[in-house]
Amino acid sequence: MKRRKGLMRIGLLSAALLLVLSVSAFAQDAEPAEEAPQEVYDAPPAPVTNLIAKDHVYDSGKEIDIEFDRSADDGSGADDVEKYEVYRSESGSEETLVTTIPAMVSGGDRRVIIDDSNGGLENGAEYSYRVLTIDRAGGSSETRLSGTVSPSGEWFDFKKINMLAALVILVFLIKFFIRKAQRGEEIYLRPVAGLQAFDEAVGRATEMGKSVLYVPGIMDLDQVETVAGIIILGYVSKMTARYETDLEVPVSRSLVMSNAREVCKSSYLSEGRPELFKDDMVHYLTDDQFAYAAGVNGIMLRKKPAACFYQGKFYAESLILAETGNSIGAIQIAGTASPAQIPFFITACDYTLIGEEFFAASAYLSQDPKLVGSLKGQDWAKGIIMIAIVVGALVETLNVLGVVTFSLKPLLAVG
Amino acid sequence: MSKDVWTIVSIVIVAALSALSVAAISWGIDNHEIGFGFWIGSLLTMGIMSYLYADNPFYKFTEHLFVGVSASYWIATYYWTQIDTNLLGRLFPEKTSFLGMTIDFSRHGHEQNLWYLIPLVLGLFMLARLIPSIGWISRWSLSFVVGLYAGLRSYGYLQSNVMQQAKETFRPIIIPGDFWAGFNHLVLVVGVVSALLYFFFSKEHKGMFGTISRVGIFFLMVSFGAAFGFAVMGRISLLIGRFDFLIRASTAENGYPSIVVTVLMVAILSILAMKNKGKGEDEDELFEP
Repeated sequence: MKRRKGLMRIGLLSAALLLVLSVSAFAQDAEPAEEAPQEVYDAPPAPVTNLIAKDHVYDSGKEIDIEFDRSADDGSGADDVEKYEVYRSESGSEETLVTTIPAMVSGGDRRVIIDDSNGGLENGAEYSYRVLTIDRAGGSSETRLSGTVSPSGEWFDFKKINMLAALVILVFLIKFFIRKAQRGEEIYLRPVAGLQAFDEAVGRATEMGKSVLYVPGIMDLDQVETVAGIIILGYVSKMTARYETDLEVPVSRSLVMSNAREVCKSSYLSEGRPELFKDDMVHYLTDDQFAYAAGVNGIMLRKKPAACFYQGKFYAESLILAETGNSIGAIQIAGTASPAQIPFFITACDYTLIGEEFFAASAYLSQDPKLVGSLKGQDWAKGIIMIAIVVGALVETLNVLGVVTFSLKPLLAVG
Repeated sequence: MSKDVWTIVSIVIVAALSALSVAAISWGIDNHEIGFGFWIGSLLTMGIMSYLYADNPFYKFTEHLFVGVSASYWIATYYWTQIDTNLLGRLFPEKTSFLGMTIDFSRHGHEQNLWYLIPLVLGLFMLARLIPSIGWISRWSLSFVVGLYAGLRSYGYLQSNVMQQAKETFRPIIIPGDFWAGFNHLVLVVGVVSALLYFFFSKEHKGMFGTISRVGIFFLMVSFGAAFGFAVMGRISLLIGRFDFLIRASTAENGYPSIVVTVLMVAILSILAMKNKGKGEDEDELFEP
């Protein structure tokens, strides 16, 4: 019995001890809650105000001006604004981040940015904007533009005023020298080997009793090289009419065919040999680049022309044509402004008109005062460009050396 | 056999191959599965390459097939992408009746734009060449195209080929702490100016002028050499692509098409060459059928 009472006392004591420990432990757990520091409420930054978006004036209709006043917490108030993010949205498409602007460390209260999106804005489309003000804690507040804005173009885009000036100078120079040439003043043109060989090539074909093949490139009339090639064709067809030599002009574009036929027809007419002109001398093959090359190769292999002219815009078919012409022993004169194809013509042809020489050919061959004067005017323009390059490089050098603080690059930047 | 017979045989072969291809497609058979495409590809590839030796019937056949197929392909492409979609689709965007015919181009989803009457009229002017008495009208269309592009390109070239390039040549030729960067810029400026000087036509290239223009030729030739090497590398990769096709085609399950085609071609050309030996002066005439 005594033993049983002893055990009960021990049990009660243990229970009491457990209760005391539990209460003390609970008290410890509760303690931090009582002593927790008071939570600081971080308010979002004040949003930007007076947000305005309007069409940028005197542009091509692809820019919008966005203006807003800085947040009250930027440089004053809580002074915790980190950056501004400007978003643009168009109905039916996703929102786009236009730009991120850091908080204004200096300057006025008003911020102006131009949204051009690298020409991605559409003339007449409606856009809406919002500006997000973000503080250093990551809090943000937004300001939405009420309504929408659409860019529109004006008659004059002032960012291209330098282009207008360059065009005016170029036109003036060309016109001035054309006038001089038309007045009969002699304009010297240096000899170009390839151009002097034109007569030689047609003469050789005449002597051998073989035909002349003329390839005006593979592009359409939208390329200046094709136009230049057709002008030169006029000169070559005059010679073939004069010497009664067969001429074959395979073309790869329908418009080029029509134009080349007109040119050849008028050449034969002007030489007094209209009966020698046949529509079929200018014929269409195909628009496809390599099929055209295969077709011209076939003509070369079967008809074996004594002279081959390649004058126009060429791509990868240039070497195929020139190599075939070389293999049949024809005298070959090429002319193109395609930099990647000039090396192939140089290696496989007897004469090659490179770049500007090709464009100058029509002036050389015709000696037309308009073209000769224009060539002289272009030479002057090249001179101005060379001087500009030398001066521009010197100014940039002085700029790097710290002698001057300006650059001439903006003068040539076209928006 | 006469040339006419050869022409008829060629046309029959092409027609048969075309019919077989169309039939295979309509039966849902992938040409590559049965190796048919490999046989055609091998024949045409070797036919074109046979030109490297001399003109021959295989090259003539392949060349004419290539020219004919591509010409018809482009006509169809231009009609469906330009005339049907862009022209008629904008002039008649809704189903209408015209002279008892039902015109429906609504599938293109365009809005009506009557400005497209101008290209329609200019296009019809081009067709006036078919009637010699009014053929001169086609010159209006040609003048429009040439004039329009001359104007457009003059601005584009002035901007990209003159202003932009001149601006990019404004580089410092001395950069403190980076000698080679400055030297690179100097080479660029000298190269551009001297090459430009070479293209001066109205002044004799003598004395200092001639010396600088010769430096320009040097720069031009270096750039042409670099372009040549770069382009040749590209062409080699095209050639590798073609050889890769021939090798892939040459498997047992396809019946070794490239090998069989090559062997047959060489054999036929050899027979033709032996048969015609001594007939012509030219190597090409050996293969006249």
